[in-house]
Amino acid sequence: MADPMRIRAQAAGDKVTVRVLMSHEMETGQRKDAAGKVIPAWFIQEVTAQHNGKTVMTAQWGPSVAKNPFLQFSVKGAKAGDKITMSWTDNKGDKRSDEATVS
Amino acid sequence: MTTRRQMITRSAQVAAMLTTLGLVPNAVHAQAAYNTAAFEAKTMSDLTKALGISAPVESKDGTITGPDIAENGAVVPIGASTTLAGVKRMLLLVEKNPSMLSAMFDVSEAVDTSFSTRVKMGQSSNVFAVALMADGKVLYAAKEIKVTLGGCGG
Repeated sequence: MADPMRIRAQAAGDKVTVRVLMSHEMETGQRKDAAGKVIPAWFIQEVTAQHNGKTVMTAQWGPSVAKNPFLQFSVKGAKAGDKITMSWTDNKGDKRSDEATVS
Repeated sequence: MTTRRQMITRSAQVAAMLTTLGLVPNAVHAQAAYNTAAFEAKTMSDLTKALGISAPVESKDGTITGPDIAENGAVVPIGASTTLAGVKRMLLLVEKNPSMLSAMFDVSEAVDTSFSTRVKMGQSSNVFAVALMADGKVLYAAKEIKVTLGGCGG
């Protein structure tokens, strides 16, 4: 399983800014290795954000999102102490889910 | 000894467990099936066709943020945001990448229509933030980013 995501969720007013750093290779399928063989694509396809168990955002990504993807968004109506859960699925079917508490 | 009543209760529990294990992930998956055609689209017309949307119209209500010059095309920070209400979905496109579509965000009422992420860019190109509105309108904002070192080759 992949390394954990780093999630920071900070409350400011009635919004919570969530910053996520995922650990993923995000191989495009365009590059070639030293022997000239194409390195197969390997990237995160789906990302889901949940606020206290309710899905607030889903995203689909292509291989052109940078390696170790960063994502920032803000959740309305969230407050300190709430739970933000992020999960992703890559094109090999690998999954990872991590949770953070809003501070 | 196991009574009939216990047996029935237990099988109900097993059925409930199977439901949570089997059916719920399916439902989630169906909701966000990966749109391969859209992510393989090379041009704007292919992309609008794959997503079943009309051609985008430039709008001043959306903004795309990013550097004017990116030194490293492998990591280009870009952000898309709009002040408009009723956005269903936001797309981030890089015009001259092998596939245009980088990221697609499905927006709910509970999040701001403002996202930042990092993308790879093969060469200097226009980047677009496209907003799909609930009323069927498709709006975009564009910005040119110059790349001094490409991030897609090898």
